[in-house]
Amino acid sequence: MNVRFQLNGKAVQAEVPARTTLADCIRHELRQTGTHVGCEHGVCGACTVIVNGAAVRSCLMLAVQADGAIVVTVEGLSDESKLSPLQAAFRKHHALQCGFCTPGMLTTAHAFLSEEPDADKARIREVLSGNLCRCTGYIAIVEAVYEARAAYRK
Amino acid sequence: MKTIGKPVERFEDLRLLRGRGSYVDDQHAEGMLHAAILRSNVAHARIRSISADKARRMPGVHAIFTAEDVAKGAPVPTIPLRLAPLPELVPFEQPVIAQREVNYVGEPLALVVADTLAQAEDALDAIELDLEPLPAVVDCHQGRLAITYTATKGNALGAQAPYRRKERLAVQRHTAVCMEPRGLLATWDGARTKLTVSGAAKVPFSTRRMLAKNMDLPEDCIDMLEPDVGGGFGVRGEFYPEDFLIPFAARRLGRPVKWTEDRRENLLASNHSREMDCEIEILCERDGRIVALRGTAWVDMGAYMRANGSIPPRNVAQFLSGPYRVPNIHVQSHALLTNKTPVGTYRGPGRFEADFFRERLLDMAAKDLGIDPVEFRRRNLPTSGEMPYPLATITPPEKKEQLDSGDYAAALDRCLAEFGWAEKAKLNGKQIDGRYHGVAIACFIEGGAAGPRENARIELDGRGGATVYVGSANVGQGLETVCAQIAAEALDLPMEKIRVLHGSTTHLKEGFGAFHSRSVVMGGSAILDAAQKLKASGARSAEGTFAGHLHTYSYGAAAAHVAVDPRTGHVQLVDYLMVEDVGRVINPLTANGQAVGAVVQGLGGTLLEHLQYDAEGQFLTASLADYLLPGADDFPSIRAIITGNSPSPNNPLGAKGAGEGGIVPVGGVVANAVAAALAPLGVEPRALPLSPPRVWELVNARR
Repeated sequence: MNVRFQLNGKAVQAEVPARTTLADCIRHELRQTGTHVGCEHGVCGACTVIVNGAAVRSCLMLAVQADGAIVVTVEGLSDESKLSPLQAAFRKHHALQCGFCTPGMLTTAHAFLSEEPDADKARIREVLSGNLCRCTGYIAIVEAVYEARAAYRK
Repeated sequence: MKTIGKPVERFEDLRLLRGRGSYVDDQHAEGMLHAAILRSNVAHARIRSISADKARRMPGVHAIFTAEDVAKGAPVPTIPLRLAPLPELVPFEQPVIAQREVNYVGEPLALVVADTLAQAEDALDAIELDLEPLPAVVDCHQGRLAITYTATKGNALGAQAPYRRKERLAVQRHTAVCMEPRGLLATWDGARTKLTVSGAAKVPFSTRRMLAKNMDLPEDCIDMLEPDVGGGFGVRGEFYPEDFLIPFAARRLGRPVKWTEDRRENLLASNHSREMDCEIEILCERDGRIVALRGTAWVDMGAYMRANGSIPPRNVAQFLSGPYRVPNIHVQSHALLTNKTPVGTYRGPGRFEADFFRERLLDMAAKDLGIDPVEFRRRNLPTSGEMPYPLATITPPEKKEQLDSGDYAAALDRCLAEFGWAEKAKLNGKQIDGRYHGVAIACFIEGGAAGPRENARIELDGRGGATVYVGSANVGQGLETVCAQIAAEALDLPMEKIRVLHGSTTHLKEGFGAFHSRSVVMGGSAILDAAQKLKASGARSAEGTFAGHLHTYSYGAAAAHVAVDPRTGHVQLVDYLMVEDVGRVINPLTANGQAVGAVVQGLGGTLLEHLQYDAEGQFLTASLADYLLPGADDFPSIRAIITGNSPSPNNPLGAKGAGEGGIVPVGGVVANAVAAALAPLGVEPRALPLSPPRVWELVNARR
């Protein structure tokens, strides 16, 4: 089936079997491999992308369901020249080690802070509880997201 | 320029934060095919037949390989032990594909290669299996004995003391569960007789050696490439059946073949760890001085002795005494085979278990003797004047160990002060808003610096920069940055001018990788050696080596404060603090990250995680919905203090390992805190995990 959507500001299209997930379409058809697949059953959150402003699990969404949508992945969070404030906060606080869960953490946090830039740490923890990280123990991730809030306030 | 000891932000982050890392499944090769593996769905069976005729005719399918294709009737190759190999363990090695029998749920039976992964998975369903079920062994006490290891020191069997207590204690099966599943991309170039395998991790040179032997190729015909690696923790990167099967398929088909395990396969097929129980006796003087530790451990090895399977049963015996002065030790550790996933190392292998056993015993003994648990520990810590302090010797093969350096009591005192022990200890056994509060403290050591050696090469680029090649491997811990810090200081160059390449077999003639907290200690020391030679010779390039068989011992203490709800059995971790001295801190940011991350993994193993089987050996926890990992809202208060007060005398950096210490004491200290909380009810936890149902049962058994 043919699917067309906007990926990180660019119009893209792919010819995929109906059963292809959005994650596989982005990674293997469109070769944007920043989005990672950690469990394929919607628990770990590594594959989180932003579809029409909402954080979604791209392993649980079919590519054809994204037809006509605006999709943002980790590659779309910053430009060539420098890290976004959220990414820079992750680096400063050592909020990533192996980096595999990181794209999902960043997309989840970006969508969340865009809606709730005044969230407290408890709320941050609650929202991030849907994204698993095996390296950091989350302490530094929560600190980084908390610090990045300022950049999302209008 | 001083760069060692600075909290330098990581180089790696610049690509990883922008989605520009390159993990193995991110890689594509021209003409690439996809592999999927048919795995046994029963724990123990004789293979009557595997019929793949129908599956071979499915769309997109290029080949289906079984043991018959691999070996043509001869025995299929087996996976040798990488660590502590012995002739008597050879019969228990795992074949790279099941031939006559399957021995655990998840054992590979056939490999399908197709144009797409979906087509390969479709074809798996069309393979007809005829398996004759056999009785499954799920309790290691009914299992076949592979080997018995014995740790000895002094004369524990003949020891006498006025106080003794014997306990049976157990740790449940759990494992690393790296966020990135394992994967491989193998390419065969027949014209050049060259096999290239991306996805190598941890020990690429060792894996190449085993692969070359099993594929009957010279080692230099194989390149193992280490891409970005999404977590290791001891589990990823050992030689698994797939490390043979995927290159084999690529060579047979003359096409690149990629395989990426899904999460179900990851939970079924990657090494499990930790499952063991013990009966241990502690003997003490009335003043609390430990006279002896003696007893037996029974370790569930799963179906085969895997590449590093020897380590958990060896370590639990040799390191049962941990950081304490124990003059007499006799511990036998039986490695027993069952029809479950084979076992290997997981961060702090055998040590997490040993610490749970020992620290539980110490608290029970302190209570019996009427001695404060902190004072009890203090009396049994060796002083810095007693270093190097001998541990038990393990056999077979024989390995002696000694603690290298440190002021263990100072780490204990720092932990007490930073934790606020004096105030918090007043809460022990108090019920506040329905929940019982308790605190506990434990001391620990972390072994590091596995030999025999490590290599590095530095090449100046003539433009003011240098490339550093090192045989250590990166599994996500930030090796590039830390090695660049060491090289920058040694070469007196800015860090930005240093490029670090590691792991892959293409960089150096020989390397030893990332295990036993060795990457920085061994690789960093090799970099220092190369830098010195470079400066002395004035050449553009120099090779360095660091050789050493003496292990380093980081040490410290950890304290936990829990609140236990007797109505639900829920254990809330109110606060956790650890102090660890790692000899010399290269990067405080990453050292702290290793510690905190390790603590939370340990809390998972203590409170949440359990790989479970039913009575027939059927695996029950094959998804992340069934196997509970810690989440962001589970453990909000974890603090780590990393110091470098006691450099190791065993290497020029003075460094000790820093990746595993955090996990080692967690089970013991949290269980002791739960015991302290529930002391009014007389509850003594003897088995992990301390999940709500188990704690609830313990509480209700006492009511």
